Amino acid sequence: MIKYIFRRLIGLIPLLLGITIITFAVIHLAPGKPTDMETQFNPKVSMEARERMMTLYGLDKPIHIQYKDWLIRLLHLDFGISFVDSRPVMKKILERIPVTLGINLASIILILLIGIPIGVSSAVREGGFYDRSMTVFVFVGFAIPTFWLSLILMDLVGVRWGILPVSGIKSLEFEQFGFFEKIFDIARHLVLPVFVSAFGGLAGISRYMRSNMTNVLKQDYIRTARAKGLREKDVIYKHGLKNALLPVVTILGLSVPGLIGGSVIFESIFSIPGMGRLFYESVMTRDYPVIMGVLVIGASLTLLGNLLADVSYAAVDPRIKYE
Amino acid sequence: MNKLMIFGFSIVLFFAIIAIFAPFVATHDPGKIDIENILTGPSKEHVLGTDSLGRDLFSRMVFGTRISLMVGFIAVGIAALIGIALGSIAGYYGKWVDLIIMRFVDIMLCFPTFFLILAVIALLEPSIINIMIIIGITSWMGVARLIRAEILSLKERDFIYAEKAIGASDFRIITRHLIPNAMAPVLVSITLGIAAAILVESSLSFLGIGVQPPTPSWGNILSEGKSVMGAAWWMMLFPGLAIFITVLGYNLLGEGIRERLLKT
Repeated sequence: MIKYIFRRLIGLIPLLLGITIITFAVIHLAPGKPTDMETQFNPKVSMEARERMMTLYGLDKPIHIQYKDWLIRLLHLDFGISFVDSRPVMKKILERIPVTLGINLASIILILLIGIPIGVSSAVREGGFYDRSMTVFVFVGFAIPTFWLSLILMDLVGVRWGILPVSGIKSLEFEQFGFFEKIFDIARHLVLPVFVSAFGGLAGISRYMRSNMTNVLKQDYIRTARAKGLREKDVIYKHGLKNALLPVVTILGLSVPGLIGGSVIFESIFSIPGMGRLFYESVMTRDYPVIMGVLVIGASLTLLGNLLADVSYAAVDPRIKYE
Repeated sequence: MNKLMIFGFSIVLFFAIIAIFAPFVATHDPGKIDIENILTGPSKEHVLGTDSLGRDLFSRMVFGTRISLMVGFIAVGIAALIGIALGSIAGYYGKWVDLIIMRFVDIMLCFPTFFLILAVIALLEPSIINIMIIIGITSWMGVARLIRAEILSLKERDFIYAEKAIGASDFRIITRHLIPNAMAPVLVSITLGIAAAILVESSLSFLGIGVQPPTPSWGNILSEGKSVMGAAWWMMLFPGLAIFITVLGYNLLGEGIRERLLKT
């Protein structure tokens, strides 16, 4: 097992290298220079000052040298310094990661808690009224645009009914609250964002779970279990569910990039200070080091997610040999 | 399931007709500003109301249909071309060609696609053409994997050996025999891809880095709707519904095709 994990880790190296090359290419193929923002519309800045700024950021060197320098710094976990506020990129990203990761974890848990039971109960009643209404629900979940759902909920729940706050992750008076009030306050702020980010994924997982479960229920070992007189409950939950659950692990790993990507939309709508909003802001100000940092870290998180999924799959499923 | 597929197909057809005949369907000039009728609700004159410049919302949405569908189709067309080309080359030649191409696919799949699109769009100019190209080059990986898998099994079949025996070129075998036979799963992926591309375009336009006003798109109408949320519910409801129903249509059609192909 340890050997398997080690080999997988080695296999990640070319992928990580590829990620950095694509990120670097994307940012540098685009026309326009980061120094434009600060100097172009400011007649007081001389050519000389502009060139000094170019040298400072290393933008005057040939592109492969820039890449090499950047990669070497990357190995020291140094992502450079933000063009906008001169703070280290790594620090800026680390501040934002817990928020985004927290919301995504909460929504993954919500998705599993609701999606799996829906999938299983649809599969058991395949073709019935319940199954068909759940299919409709799933298609609605797939098709509804996240930002539209966010806006509607914001308008109804937040503005018209005034039940929940619609922006940020804490109230203005946050500092004066006691410990439990603080937790409650953050929770209240996160209800809508978590719900919105879970809604689309819910449809996917329950659909996937349903098709797994219907396949499993057609297997010979289920017939055997029924034939030897087990209760239907045991057949479904002990023999069926266990086998149908396995592939969900892989799907969870694969859904990481989608979740992270989706965070741009709901974080900017609900003004949540997470990685998505940081990315949106830095794209708008052409803050190259931050853009590159978020891209590299976002993609690496995906790699890590997939690795975790594969390893835990191999750990739970005795049929998989990892030699 | 067939009923759902017909339902989906009707939706797709309905919006396609609106897009093609947009100038005849629209009741007003979508760009005509009328400051005397700013943000008026749905009425006989303006079926879906007017926006904050007094423009007719219905007519703007009709022309927005054109933009959204065009972006969806062309973006997915680009993705399909790249995916089919790379996937069939990887599947047919195998060995190191396959290894390099599929590694590239793996790397591309690691990126949160929306981040990548956002970065490129904002660095380039957010024109409609750029949006189509960028959605295209960030969403071909699924097609490539499907085509490759199909071709891996197809190339061992007798009719391919027969082609080789009579001296057909690789290019002819791939384009005339392998790709046509591998298209079935790709068709499903393309149909679902159009829905996804429409969603991405509207999200980008909503964030203000997609289709730029005054050109109407469902996403940028919604973006304007957000700023007048309390005062004009129609600005938010109708464009959202249009996106939702269109995406639903393509998804239902895609799933329908999938079920059909799997059963036969």
